[in-house]
Amino acid sequence: MTTGTGEATMGTDTAATLTDGEPLGASRSERLSALAQQHGALVTLVVAMLVASLSFDTFLTGDNLENMALSSAFLAVVALGMTFVIITGGIDLSVGSLFALGGVLAAWGSRYGTVVALLLPLAVCGLIGLVNGLLVARSGLAPFIVTLAAMLGARGLLLALTDEGSRTYLVAKDSFFAKLGQDSLLGVGVPVWITLALFVLGAVVLRRTRFGQYVYAVGGNEDAAALMGAPVARTKVSVYALSGLCAGLAGALNAAWLVSGVTILGSGMELEAISAVVIGGCLLTGGFGYLSGTLVGVALLKVIQNVINQIGSLDSAYQQVVSGAFLAVVVVAQTWLGRRQRVL
Amino acid sequence: MTDLSLTRAGVDRDRVLRLLQEYGVYAGVVVLLLFNFAFTAHFASAENFRTQAVQVAPVLIVALGMALAIGTEGVDLSVGSVMALATSLLSLYLGYGPWLAVVVAVVGGIVVGLANGALVAFVGVQPIVATLALMVGARGLALVLLPQLKDVRDPGLASLGSGDALGIPYLVLIAATLALLVAFVVRRTAFGRQLLAVGDSRPAARLAGLPVRRVLIVVYVCSGALAAIAGVLATARLTASDPTSLGSLMELSAITAVVVGGTPLSGGRVRIGGTVAGAVLIQLLTTTLIKHDLPPSWTQIAQAVVIVGAVYAARERGKR
Repeated sequence: MTTGTGEATMGTDTAATLTDGEPLGASRSERLSALAQQHGALVTLVVAMLVASLSFDTFLTGDNLENMALSSAFLAVVALGMTFVIITGGIDLSVGSLFALGGVLAAWGSRYGTVVALLLPLAVCGLIGLVNGLLVARSGLAPFIVTLAAMLGARGLLLALTDEGSRTYLVAKDSFFAKLGQDSLLGVGVPVWITLALFVLGAVVLRRTRFGQYVYAVGGNEDAAALMGAPVARTKVSVYALSGLCAGLAGALNAAWLVSGVTILGSGMELEAISAVVIGGCLLTGGFGYLSGTLVGVALLKVIQNVINQIGSLDSAYQQVVSGAFLAVVVVAQTWLGRRQRVL
Repeated sequence: MTDLSLTRAGVDRDRVLRLLQEYGVYAGVVVLLLFNFAFTAHFASAENFRTQAVQVAPVLIVALGMALAIGTEGVDLSVGSVMALATSLLSLYLGYGPWLAVVVAVVGGIVVGLANGALVAFVGVQPIVATLALMVGARGLALVLLPQLKDVRDPGLASLGSGDALGIPYLVLIAATLALLVAFVVRRTAFGRQLLAVGDSRPAARLAGLPVRRVLIVVYVCSGALAAIAGVLATARLTASDPTSLGSLMELSAITAVVVGGTPLSGGRVRIGGTVAGAVLIQLLTTTLIKHDLPPSWTQIAQAVVIVGAVYAARERGKR
């Protein structure tokens, strides 16, 4: 079983395909490892939440859950775009800088109304994503180096816009734009609803549209996708542009929530987003992954962060140690499980 | 006729492109030097050259390890965090004497390199992801060990950071020695040949009976050790341990130096001379922009453009 478009179906379907397609090859242990690869993150999340709620009275309270959902929302939107990029076998390291740039542009633009505050970051960050995509797809440059350069360039642009980082643009507290970040609907913050809507939309695009199938095809095997007639270059350009748009939108929503364009945000965010996507079961080699997994990955990272914050004696630096170790364990497990499936 | 002239133009273009790829970085250094001699006040002084050389030394040492990793078609993103870990360990163990502290710091780098190498060689994880995990983890560990900035008061380390022999700072001497050593290893030893073979084609190297896993592990251990040495030297120069900011974005500078120096990201080729020139080029570019009162924002944008330009110019070379 290769990690191509064939596996690019829902989790249960894949197990079914395995049994249907290879009745002799699909042993029980193989099915188990396939299941573990797909739902390992969800199981870990449930276990982590159980342990956390038993250990801390304050964990499973409305306030705490709402805070966690709200602080996950921005990372989730960034990880949404990252998922598309990673499924095509690429990587986007510029999202942290674009997140910060989007926030600053939104806060600056909010004086001209909500439309400008939303469209300006989307336009600029989308354009930078588009340039990334063109350099990767049309010129054949390595994605990590192109987006690394974009990370530096976008941070430079941010500094140029804010007097070398010394000026913070504020959003008027009573404006509609600020309400977008601060109001809540049915007890849940508006950014959380926007994030959920975007994930539903993204999942439909990924699963039910031709573009989504091209994304999987390009990640599975680029040459085969080209021979099949898939527009490889256009698909790649689109996913990087999409990732830029997502990062810019997340930054704008974050600025609305904080009612200011904070310039120091977003460093290290690309790592968090990549970790969430990988923990959610996406293969970094491309061609395999789901958006639901990414959402679980983001939630898991935030739960770990919350637990470490609740243990008062632990420094927040432990969070990085745990995140790094966790990422390593997930990647090792993924490689190991993937190898077991491939052997048979 | 038209065909002929087209072919000739093509050949000439190829040749120009190849020359640019081979020697472009040296030409860039010369152009920047000439520009600065002509237009920058107080540039042509021994004091200024000394400052520039001392500033470039840590980046250069990290870039040497990075060049080895890139030569095997990998990359090591953990170098900046290894520098931070080294500075934390150095500061913690300074009580046992400077030498032991330096050894512990370098051992810390070697352990991180071992973890990177094991993930890449035995588990088969992509180098970007393996070293990403260690990048996050090692920075966290450095902060756990030493939560904030701490002064390092040790006469031995202070003399290492600011002393000199025959007018040449120790930092520069160490960096030059390491560069020569790495160049010798790559060009003249069996290990160097094996490294390039692994980078060229891992399956072919395995079929030829080369110890692929051992080569990969040694490469990441070297990269970790060199990054730790750079961390120790940077700490000695600053006479302070700052695990929060030391080495941040260092991986970017090192990759830039290696790539600008003409080492292809596709592996199989390592240019140490070019890497040294690449590190010097980035340093000169930054200095030029700063001395002409351009803000840091422009420096970053310029660096981004240089990286993309260098990779763009180098892209043909990968497809030999």
